[in-house]
Formats: sequence, structure tokens, C-alpha cells
Amino acid sequence: METILGLDLPTWWFLVIGGLITGYGVLDGFDLGAGSLHLFFNKEESRRLALNAIGPVWDGNEVWLVIAGGALFAGFPLVYGVIFSTFYIPFMLFLVALIFRAISIEFRSKEPWKWWRQMWDISYCVSSTAITLLLGLVLGNLIHGLPINREHEFTGSLLTFFNPYAILISFTTLSLFMLHGSIYLVMKTENRLYAKLTILVNNCSKFFILCFILTSMATLIYVPHMTHQFKNHPELFIVPMIAVLILLNIKRNIDSRKYYTAFAYSCIIMSCLLILFAVGLYPNIVISTTDPAYSISIYQAASSVKSLKIMLLIAAIGTPLVIGYSIFVFWTFRGKVKLGEMSY
Amino acid sequence: MPSVEILSRIQFAFTIAFHYIYPPLSIGLGVCLVIMEGLYLKTGRQVYKEITKFWIKIFALIFGIGVATGIVMEFEFGTNWATYSHYVGDIFGSALAAEGIFAFAMESAFLGVLLFGWDRVHKAVHYFSTIMVALGSIFSALWIVIANSWQQTPAGYKIEGHDLGARAVVTDFWAMVNNPSSADRFAHVIIGAFLAGSFMVMSVAAWYILKRRFEQHAQAMFKVGLSVAVIAALLQLFTGHRSAHYVSKYQPAKLAAMEGHYDSLAVADMYLVGWVNNKTQTTTGIKIPGGLSFLTHGSFSTPVEGLRATPEKDRPGAVNFVFQTYHIMISIGMILIGLTLLAVFLLWKKKLFNQRWLMVIFAWAVLLPQIANQVGWYAAEVGRQPWVVYKLLRTSDALSKKVTADQVVFSLVLFTLVYMLLFALFLYLLNRKIQHGPDIQEHDNDQYYKDNLTDIPA
Ligand code: HDD
Ligand code: HEM
Ligand code: HEM
Repeated sequence: METILGLDLPTWWFLVIGGLITGYGVLDGFDLGAGSLHLFFNKEESRRLALNAIGPVWDGNEVWLVIAGGALFAGFPLVYGVIFSTFYIPFMLFLVALIFRAISIEFRSKEPWKWWRQMWDISYCVSSTAITLLLGLVLGNLIHGLPINREHEFTGSLLTFFNPYAILISFTTLSLFMLHGSIYLVMKTENRLYAKLTILVNNCSKFFILCFILTSMATLIYVPHMTHQFKNHPELFIVPMIAVLILLNIKRNIDSRKYYTAFAYSCIIMSCLLILFAVGLYPNIVISTTDPAYSISIYQAASSVKSLKIMLLIAAIGTPLVIGYSIFVFWTFRGKVKLGEMSY
Repeated sequence: MPSVEILSRIQFAFTIAFHYIYPPLSIGLGVCLVIMEGLYLKTGRQVYKEITKFWIKIFALIFGIGVATGIVMEFEFGTNWATYSHYVGDIFGSALAAEGIFAFAMESAFLGVLLFGWDRVHKAVHYFSTIMVALGSIFSALWIVIANSWQQTPAGYKIEGHDLGARAVVTDFWAMVNNPSSADRFAHVIIGAFLAGSFMVMSVAAWYILKRRFEQHAQAMFKVGLSVAVIAALLQLFTGHRSAHYVSKYQPAKLAAMEGHYDSLAVADMYLVGWVNNKTQTTTGIKIPGGLSFLTHGSFSTPVEGLRATPEKDRPGAVNFVFQTYHIMISIGMILIGLTLLAVFLLWKKKLFNQRWLMVIFAWAVLLPQIANQVGWYAAEVGRQPWVVYKLLRTSDALSKKVTADQVVFSLVLFTLVYMLLFALFLYLLNRKIQHGPDIQEHDNDQYYKDNLTDIPA
């Protein structure tokens, strides 16, 4: 099989998708987290500030999900079909939550009435949280593995998804996004709201550390296949070590109010966790709990070599553009949020 | 309970048709915004600034719902059409991925600047963002139409594997992208979108003129809308003709259904209005004898391939539906040409804004391109049946194997409820924004005087 820099094409495409999902987590993670925290703000002005802090960027962040979905479709069509039809009901709920979230942000400011705004605030918070939990649930089940038969068909039921491990991952994702979101908001706000957020950040970091420890233990005990790569590649241990070191540092940075550094760290933690996940799966994408032989590997699922090459080229041209736009937008809206005429 | 196939088709048709209410408006309004803001930068006049800001707010509302409903589409291929996804992923996936990376990222990043950047960035940077958003939405239409056109006229591929494990694999990327129908259909779709957006601008303007509110702003808007609409309406006849031409070449059964033509040995007529009875295989109505023969072969007496040339199981069943939707689209196309030409003529005579009857028509005419866009797709997609990928994959084979009828019922009911709510809220908020109108700042006297003088109707 053809290789580029020593890696074969399906592996490259696996990395591209991993990169896109990480980009999605790092970017949309903070606005989803901000959404989950929304109801902690009581004053109308605080809620508006919190919304406008993500206002100009959330839609651009969400595009990473769309691109990741497209990339999965393009690179591993088999897996795209298997995963989305397997998680049919959770996915439909996920889509509805995405719709509600988008319109809550959009519609809230359109009427001054108290009940109107309260309604959209609740819808915003609930949908953001639901999206995060559902993402975590899917992730948890993929890590854990699914009952898949020889024909790549799912043989479980809806209840299969709600195993304790997947639920734990769900909450870990929530805690991570909340931490990420609270750090982002603290960077973007001042005065009263800032003061309130500094306390929230602290609580979020405690919540996350708790989840992190539980998840690590549960993974080591219940999902041994996640660590199989470490036996052959001990150098990979560096990833969890970075994660732990940074975790300790995040807390310190938050205590000493270095929020920019803390934000960078929470991005890195998110990346480390996803790298661990990818390393654990590789070279499979969907792990079968029925029989490891039925797992779907990237080689079975990959598109043709020609298609993968074309798309790597597309990705190579497109990614710098996307990163360029993002930098431009974040730079334009740098600094603390102020409410203006065009604000939500 | 209906079969999974029927339910999935209903769900797909419903969600895409609902999505497609918004993209044409976003694309068309994007172009109008580029013109309005351009006029503001060029003339520095307050009116243009105010109408630009007004339409940016409406644009945001429409765009927001377009995005929310579009994401559903992106994943629906995987949820309901897993076999199809596997079959076309090599090809379709790359178009979808290209759309995400080249178009959506551009649209939504610059959207932030367009909506919130007015006071933060330099005018030129803001204008640049407006252009990028408009271009981004056009690119996204480009890629998705390429993907869809490949389903209509596959090219640049080979089939690997067999039976349910078979799939299409790219052999020639450019032949795939530039398949026989993409260029014509993209032009037709995009101009349909320009019509939708520009008629919306004119509709709101006409309503203000009728209510005698914001008259000066309304006239400025109307002219912007009209300038886009008149060109688009004329071009649409041309691109539509090109589309009909490729259909006659690559999908003769579809063309035959569009005109209700059964007998391959007969000269084909063109109907203005009519009714097809698929049982007796007859079509009645007002027709131009030999019209279709003339359009396809340039002669009124050459026969055209009819539906009977294709075995019953390989041709569309809902012939009358295809016929009617196709004819509604064409009639609307003609009406739009008439309306816009009349308006241009009256504008030139400086009588346009006094014609209240015409303003009433324009206030309602926003529905016409919307309807034409919808029925155009119905004709194209239902006419393609029973194939999901023309002559390669049947719709009935394309389903997800493990998805059951009750799951689809669940999601269908869910989407119906959510979309009804969404549509009601959309109409309510749109109405509020239109009622509110542009925010007019205090003019300094000089400027105000100048603005008013130039726009007084004769
Ligand atoms: C001719 C135009 C056109 C057509 C036929 C479609 N779309 Fe669309 N779509 C757009 C034109 C568009 C747009 C103009 O780019 C949108 C619409 C609303 C918006 O305002 O952006 C958009 C939004 C949009 C989004 C959200 C993008 C974002 O996050 O910014 C997704 C994922 C899709 N669409 C996917 C689809 C799929 C999978 C389709 C086919 C089944 C589809 N669209 C048909
Ligand atoms: C360019 C983007 C589009 C793509 C890729 C696309 C693709 C598809 C697919 C995969 C199906 C389901 C399989 C089938 O029933 O044949 C379908 C059906 C359908 N689509 Fe599209 N479609 C697109 C745009 C649209 C739009 C904009 C509309 C209408 C507003 C539309 C109307 C329909 C209808 C009515 C059906 C059902 C046809 C039937 O089952 O009889 N499509 N399309
Ligand atoms: C003026 C005469 C018109 C003609 C002769 C015409 C012709 C056609 C034809 C032949 C198709 C089918 C193409 C296919 O099956 O792939 C089509 C599709 C379509 N038409 Fe028209 N059309 C006209 C006007 C309009 C207008 C005014 C609009 C919208 C404002 C419109 C919007 C569409 C759309 C959205 C489609 C589906 C996409 C596509 O297949 O290209 N058309 N048209």
C-alpha cells in the first residue's frame, strides 16, 4: 500500500478525522460549556454578556462538526453508515438539540419579554448540556465497543448504549466542556460577572478532576483494549503523563488567575484525551464486543486510494484556510465583550 | 405500518424540502447585501447604510435556521441511507467534505464579522466579510449540487465489488465533479436562489410602499432587488432550457414523464397545462403540437423517446406528479420574466411606485420563486425514481439495514413537530422585523435634504 512519510493513507485519514474532532472539541467545547453554565448567571445583563462572548464564533466552531462528519463520510463511508444508523435514536435527539441550541441563541434577544428570554435561556442551557452528554455517550460506547456481528450490523438495543461506562464518559465530557467554557468566559468578561465566574471556574475544575480520576480507573479496569498499544509502544505513556501534569497545573493557574494559560492547558488536555482514545482504537474504528474479529478496521472501511489522496490534498489546501479564518475572527473579537447595537 | 423505505423517503423529502426554504433566501439576500453595502461605500449615503443593516438582521434570522436544518441533512445520509452512504461515499463524501472545508467554514467564520463587526472593523473589512459570506453560500451550493448531479448523471467512476457490498469508486475526479449535468444544474439552482432573495427584498419594499412607510428606503431596496431579479429571471429561462436539454440526453425517461409522453414513435407535444393518466397512459391539456420534439431535436416532426421505452420497473411511477411540478415551475418562470420586465419598464417611465396594484402583486410575489424552487426539485428528484443513483442503485436498496420502521416514525414525528414550531417562530420573528423596519438615525440636514431630493417618485 502507498505511504506518505511512512504512514499509509487510511492512517493519514484517521489522523485527519482525529484532528477535526479535536478541533471541534477545543472550539465548540467552550461554547457548549458556556451554554451548560448559562443558568448560573442570574442577571439579564450577565446572560447577555455570556451569550455575546460566544456570539460571533459559535457558528464557526460548529462547522468543525460538519467538516468532521463530511470527512468521516468521505474517508470511511462504511463506518459513517454503521455508526450513524446504529446510534439512530441518540443521533436524532442530538440533531434536535443542535436545532434548539441554534435557535435559542438566535431568538432570545428578539423580544424583551421576561418569559420569552427565560424560556430561551432554559432551552439554550438544556440543549447545550444534552448535546455534550450525547456526544460523550457516543464516545463512551465507541471506546467501550459495541455488539456488532459479522455483517457489521448492530445487534443490541437502545438500552445497550446506557452502560455505566458510557454514562461516566458522558459526564466526564460535560465536566471538561464546563471547565473549558468557564475559563473562556472568565477571559472574556469583567467586573461582577468576572467575579462570579472565578468561583465557577474553581468548582468546574474540581468536578473535572473528580471525573478524570474515575474515568482513568474505570478505563484501566473495564476497557483493557484501550491500553493494548502501550505494551508495544511504551513511549506513548508520555501522553497520559502530559495530561496528568497539565491537570495539576490547570488548578494552579486558575488559583493564580492566569486564565489564558489555563485555557491553553484545557485545550491540551482535551487533545491528550482524544489522542489516547485514538491510540486505543487504532487500527480499528468500531470495536466489536461480540468478537474482536468483527471489529471494523480503517483498512476495511477506507475509501479508495485515489479518493483518499484527492481528499488529503483538499484537506491540505483547506485546513490552513479554515485556521486562517478562525484566527481572523478571534482576533477581530479579541478582548472583553461589550454590549452594542448589533449584540444579541 | 408503512415500510421503512417509504418512511425514510418521506423523512428525507420533508427535511430537505424544509431546509431548502432557507438556502435560496440566504444566497439571494447575500447578493443583495453585497450590492447594498457596495452602494453605501460608493455613495456614502445614509439610506444604503440603513437598509444594509436592516437586511443583515433578516439575513441572520434566515441563515440561522438554514444552518440548523442543514446539519440534519448532513447526518441523515448515514442514519437512514447507510447502504447508499457506503455505495457513494468514495464520491459523494469527497464533495461533502469539500463543501464543509471550502464553503461552510468560510460562510460561518465571516458571518460573525458580518453580524457583529459593524462597529469593530474598518468599513472595507466589513464589506470584505459580506462578500465572503455571500461567496461561501454560493460555493456550498456548488458542492452540494455537484454531489446531487453525480446521482443524476454518474461519471468518472467504476464499480468495485458486487451485490450489497458493491460501491462506486472515483477514477477521474474532474470527470466526477464536472459530470454531464453539474454545470447546468448549478447555474439553474443558483439563479433560482437569486430570484428567491431578490423577490424577498422587493416584497418587503412593496409592502412598505403600500403602507407608506420608509418610502425612501423602500424605493432604494426595491431597485436593488429589481436589478438582480430582472437579470436572473431572463437567465433562468436560458439555464432551464439547458437543463431540459441535458435531461433529454441523459435521462429520457424523466423528460418523458415531465411532458407525459408515452409513445416513442410519436411526435412529442409540449403542454402549457395538462393532466396525465398513468393508467390509460394518456395526457390531455393545452399543448403546442410537436413542441418537445422541436426543443429536443430542432424539428417539429421527429419522434422523441417515450416512457414506454423504459420497462415499468425502471421508470418513475408518479408521472402526473412530475408533470405538474415541472409545469408549475415553468409557468412561474414565465410570470417572473413578465413581472420584472414590466417593473423595469415602469421604473424607466418613473411610474413604478405609484402602481398600487403592482405593489400588491410584488408584496405576494415572494412566494413564486420559493414555490418554483421547491417544485423544481420535486420534479428532478421524483423524476429520477426508482433510482437513487441513476441506473446504478435503486432507492429501495439504499436503506440502512438495521433501522426499523418505529425508529423512523419516531424521528419523523419529532422532526415534524420541531419544524412546525420552527416555522411558526420564523414567520413570527420575520414579521416582527419587517414591521419594525430599518432603524433610521437622525440625519444631518444636508445629507437628509440630498437623500430626499434624489428619490422622490415622479
Ligand atoms: C442550493 C443550495 C443548497 C442545497 C441544495 C442544500 N444546501 Fe445546505 N446549506 C446551503 C445551501 C444548500 C447554504 C446556503 O450554504 C446554507 C443554508 C442556510 C444557510 O443559510 O447556509 C446551508 C447550510 C447547511 C449546513 C450547515 C452549515 C453550517 O454549519 O454553516 C449543512 C450541514 C448543510 N447545509 C448540508 C446540506 C446537505 C447535506 C444537503 C443535501 C442533502 C443540503 N445542505 C442542501
Ligand atoms: C443537492 C442536494 C440534494 C441531495 C444530495 C439530494 C439527495 C437525495 C437523496 C439521497 C434522496 C433519498 C433517496 C430517494 O428517495 O431517492 C432524495 C430524495 C428526495 N429529494 Fe433530494 N437531494 C437534494 C436536494 C433536494 C432539494 C433541495 C429538494 C426539495 C426542495 C429535494 C427533494 C427531494 C424529494 C421530494 C425526494 C423524495 C423523492 C422520492 O422519494 O420520491 N432534494 N434526494
Ligand atoms: C423558465 C423556465 C424554466 C425551465 C425551462 C426550467 C427547466 C428545468 C428542468 C428541465 C429541470 C430538471 C433538471 C433535472 O431534472 O435535473 C429544472 C429543475 C429545477 N428548476 Fe427549473 N426551469 C425553469 C424555471 C425555473 C425557475 C423560475 C426556478 C426558481 C426560481 C427554477 C428552479 C429549479 C430548481 C431548484 C430545480 C431543481 C434542481 C435541478 O435539477 O437543477 N426553475 N428546471
